[in-house]
Amino acid sequence: MSETRQMRHGSSIGQPVTRRDGLLKVTGQARFAADNHPAGLLHAVLAVSRIARGRVAALDLPAARAHPGVVEVMVTANRLALALHPDDKSVPFSFKLDLLQDDRVRYAGQPIAVVIAATLEAATEAAALLAPRYEAGPVEVTLDAPGGYVPESVGVGDPGEMRHGDVEAGLRAAARRIEATYETPLQFHNAMEPHGVVAAWEGDALSLDMPTQGLALTRMRLAALLGIRAEDIHIRSPFIGGGFGSKLLSGPQVLGILAARLVGRPVKLVLTRAQMYGPVTHRSPTRQTLRLGAARDGALTAIHHHVRTATSRHDDFLEPSAGVSHTLYAAPAIATTNEAVRLDTGTPGFMRAPGEASGSIALESAIDEMAHACGMDPLEFRLRNYAEVEPVSGKPFSSKALRECYAEGAARFGWAGRPLAPRQMRDEDGLLVGWGVGTATFPAIMFQAEARAVLRRDGTGLVESGTHDMGQGAWTAFAQIGADSLGLDLDRLEFRAGHSDLPNAGIAGGSGHTATAGGAIHAAGAQAIARLTEIAVADPRSPLFGAGNVGVVARGGRLLRRDDESRGEAYADILARAGLDSVEGRGSAAADPAAAERYAMHAHGAVFAEVKVDPELGQIRATRLVGAFAAGRIINPRLVRSQYYGGMIWGLSFALHERAAMDPRTGRVMNADLAEYHVPVNADVPSVEAILVEEQDPHVNALGIKGVGEIGITGTAGAIANAIWHATGTRIRRFPVAIEELGR
Amino acid sequence: MSYTITLTINRVPRTLELDDPRITLLDLLRERLDLPGTKKGCDRGQCGACTILLDGRRVNACLALALSHDGAEILTIEGLAEGEALHPMQQAFIAHDAFQCGFCTPGQIMSAIGLVGEGQTGADPERVREGMSGNLCRCGAYRGITEAVVEAARAMAADGQGRAA
Amino acid sequence: MNRFEYVRPRSVAEAVAAGAVPGSAYLAAGTNLLDLMKIGVARPGRLVDLNHLPGLDGIEHQADGAVRIGAQVRNADLAHDPGFRRRFPAVAEALLSGASAQLRNAATVGGNLLQRTRCAWFQDTASACNRRDPGSGCDARGGENRLHAVLGWSEHCIATHPSDFCVPLAALDAVVEVEGPTGRREIALRDFHLLPGTTPERESVLAPGELVVALRLPAEAAGFAAHARYAKLRERTSYAFAVVSAAAALRIVDGRIVAARLALGGVAAKPWRAEEAEAALAGAAPEAAAFRRAAEAALAAARPSGDNAFKIELARRIAVRALTLAAAGTPERLPALPASPFAPLSGGRHV
Repeated sequence: MSETRQMRHGSSIGQPVTRRDGLLKVTGQARFAADNHPAGLLHAVLAVSRIARGRVAALDLPAARAHPGVVEVMVTANRLALALHPDDKSVPFSFKLDLLQDDRVRYAGQPIAVVIAATLEAATEAAALLAPRYEAGPVEVTLDAPGGYVPESVGVGDPGEMRHGDVEAGLRAAARRIEATYETPLQFHNAMEPHGVVAAWEGDALSLDMPTQGLALTRMRLAALLGIRAEDIHIRSPFIGGGFGSKLLSGPQVLGILAARLVGRPVKLVLTRAQMYGPVTHRSPTRQTLRLGAARDGALTAIHHHVRTATSRHDDFLEPSAGVSHTLYAAPAIATTNEAVRLDTGTPGFMRAPGEASGSIALESAIDEMAHACGMDPLEFRLRNYAEVEPVSGKPFSSKALRECYAEGAARFGWAGRPLAPRQMRDEDGLLVGWGVGTATFPAIMFQAEARAVLRRDGTGLVESGTHDMGQGAWTAFAQIGADSLGLDLDRLEFRAGHSDLPNAGIAGGSGHTATAGGAIHAAGAQAIARLTEIAVADPRSPLFGAGNVGVVARGGRLLRRDDESRGEAYADILARAGLDSVEGRGSAAADPAAAERYAMHAHGAVFAEVKVDPELGQIRATRLVGAFAAGRIINPRLVRSQYYGGMIWGLSFALHERAAMDPRTGRVMNADLAEYHVPVNADVPSVEAILVEEQDPHVNALGIKGVGEIGITGTAGAIANAIWHATGTRIRRFPVAIEELGR
Repeated sequence: MSYTITLTINRVPRTLELDDPRITLLDLLRERLDLPGTKKGCDRGQCGACTILLDGRRVNACLALALSHDGAEILTIEGLAEGEALHPMQQAFIAHDAFQCGFCTPGQIMSAIGLVGEGQTGADPERVREGMSGNLCRCGAYRGITEAVVEAARAMAADGQGRAA
Repeated sequence: MNRFEYVRPRSVAEAVAAGAVPGSAYLAAGTNLLDLMKIGVARPGRLVDLNHLPGLDGIEHQADGAVRIGAQVRNADLAHDPGFRRRFPAVAEALLSGASAQLRNAATVGGNLLQRTRCAWFQDTASACNRRDPGSGCDARGGENRLHAVLGWSEHCIATHPSDFCVPLAALDAVVEVEGPTGRREIALRDFHLLPGTTPERESVLAPGELVVALRLPAEAAGFAAHARYAKLRERTSYAFAVVSAAAALRIVDGRIVAARLALGGVAAKPWRAEEAEAALAGAAPEAAAFRRAAEAALAAARPSGDNAFKIELARRIAVRALTLAAAGTPERLPALPASPFAPLSGGRHV
């Protein structure tokens, strides 16, 4: 029902059209980076460090070089000089890189050599034959490592400490207090597509097939490293086989580019699955302590959210887990604090809902614990503490339909009648049943993007923006926005994306791509239409002559007088008469600082989970997930629903499955694969539903879009944790929930 | 040393000279025969992205030594559609939005066709979920996948295509 | 993966002759061996390919009621063979609870018997592992070893055997037929795998060059068909190795257990036949108290090898579960989620 309400008749926006890249993807014709095979291609394979700290003392280069088919082994000594040290960060969102600059090892899985051979088989074996010898130092890889520091900032420039009101006074005044510590694990993105590159040099020009969530930034980063002009770098990234934050900038792929330069031939370098557990960032473990106070009536008096997390010994990124406590629940006193420790690991980074995912499961668990302490239904407790304005900043929300999310989600799930006490429900087979709720939240972020729109004499349109499709449906959603902006039917629009030569579309991250690049496309289309209008209204031969004052409407490939839609003409006719092949518009979009000054801008949602738990064995299954989300304007409900499903399954994975087991003695991930690093399989997801709650936001941006890519993971993880408590009466505070926690 | 094998790939018989015994069916398809529709997600039989039909059965191409399958018939995602006409499973995947990034999709579709051919699940969604659990999808398109397989299984049964992929 | 010599014998005799050469390995489906070669754990100088050998891929229902399964029979084919499934339902259920449909379509009966442990330190060539590299030590001890062995382990090795299939085979007295340089012999499945002791590198009793050619389930094993189940505890609903598992088979006459079979998986370096438990069940009524007593007996010798004391109690509980399910009777059709706690007890209903 919400879906129909959001559709605008006669427009592409809001229509649940199927993916424009669907045909390519179901026929195997969608060429991902590693599917390319230029003539003369050689294969490069990384050798990576098996120690986490120390130096590489020796490599058996003769053995590797002697292996049949090997062309070259790239090590520190013969690696081409770079124009910029790999530790220098030249663009936003970049991290220090390990590009064979020296013999030092700073984490397990760090590249230490690259073997280039005629075949993949030969390169792979020769990399093994390098048999490195190391001088290894002692390592620290867990949050129990000694020391630590208080960071000035976390995430990307968020303050390391935030205080609003007097938390200690609030806690003292509280009738109910809880203090609990939650632990979240080390996680790796594990996109299905391994990071890879096919690199080919022609003189100083570089042609790349490489998945990236940030074409323009990647090009700038590479230009600075390689000392060549950005415009000489051509990156094709038409399909990204999942990114989740791990493909923002090229990391180890740079070694493939350098290898191609070294041997003077095109080179393909693809990481193995095991190699995706080191140099391509991760989510750090966190240990979060929540202290909450509440009055007798359930009103929160204080929230203190403290986070201990980790970054690498050599670089900085701190999972900003406490940020969710700034926005979600009203309390007169809120404090968030952070401490960090440096570990001998790769550098953490942006992993789907960085901060919000890990913070949400802790906060939502703590809120549930407090609801129980107050003897209140957890949904009622959340409504009791509903934030009418953003608690910490005091700003009004640009829009917030969270109350509707709670209501629609609860109704669909059948929340009413849930027993207050835990361990009250069983199914007909005796399995314990529990229901939990979690609030979802994610900020509405904008980056910067540009686009170009063209109306052509044949009546078709073209929109160009170097956008990124990693599964969100960018090809489709942006084409829908483009078609509407040009007043064309969707099948009359050509949309070009996924190439660094196109206008800079910013990054696909922070759930801000559709809003940002969509805004640029919308503006570009509007400018093209404005130019066409200028031509038509000034032309006495046009039925639109003189309509400048009343304005025109662009629809279905025609300009129409706003005051009399029976008078109008086709774009093609206007252009033909003017002797033009096309008119062009350009547009850009970026965050509006004035709006951000006035409003708090976030998407919200409510997730309801049912779990079943085997009472003796402790095995858990999330049997039902219902999420209701309000995220401003929905461009394509079919694709948005899929984004919510995917996010919710990530939430399920967070609560129940995924965890990298790093050996504290060596710093090696001992489950660096997909057999033992568990992500959910199909059978783990028997039922998932997403409700699109209507929300109109006139402030957030021109199109009213908030972004949907990450919010689904928030709320869901907590809802499942809370459902497990409700099923069993046992509150698990370490995630993912291990089988032994319940099977005892 | 080189080896000669014959394979029928997407209905075309081919005689192949292999200069290396180590080549898996997956790397053969992807790196030597320009059939990169079959994807490499883990190379260890842990994700299902490389699923093909080998003599009509779904298997992980990454754990199959090419030499060992001399004489076999292979069907990959590239050989599924007959000209312009999509296989019912392909149509159902589009209709149910059964993928996002699309990387696991060729393996999912080949696995789903194998599953229908095995005849063990019928249109029971729970059996389909279990039967499709060898194909990981990190984007989390499982709901659409299950719906697509159930729908296509019905269409294939009605069409008498249960066995013929 | 190292370069190797590839040999394609035309007969079992040729295969055995080729396999007896030091450095040789038999290649069945390769689902385990090729994986181990990719990660450098196995580096055979020669692969002897069994896939073109005649006569190893039959399922023979013999006149005396036994069934003889060729070593090259694929797991899925065995599990879905109607006659086999009817007579040995716990074996079919175990097979279908393992790995994925793709792997079951490829993996062979012989290969399943010989699959190697999933111990992370065994798989990691940078770690010490007595099983992979005798005398190097055992880095699993002192590591995160919550899923390691609780029975039959030694200070030299605490790995477990990962097979589901072998668990009911051990319970049902399966026999392995082997052909080797010195001729043919038969080995009881229960005696086939070795506990680590001081020589964890010796994983089975096979002598160099010996080839598994068939597996036999005796006629007597089919006598349990009415009450035979496999139960498996996992960390995700499917496509995961067992935390612990159990195969239970009962013969119940007039409300009494006249014969019981119980074996455990995921607890030791071999599928663990629990004869003490079987003895405790003989003559008992098929009830919770008897099952619990049997489970206590089965785990009487268990002790944690690390952070895994919880597995001992879970192993007892999975044994009780398997016995309970078996007592309730083999279902007409295997559940949608074979061996899973989330398979409904009450017929076809499920989410």
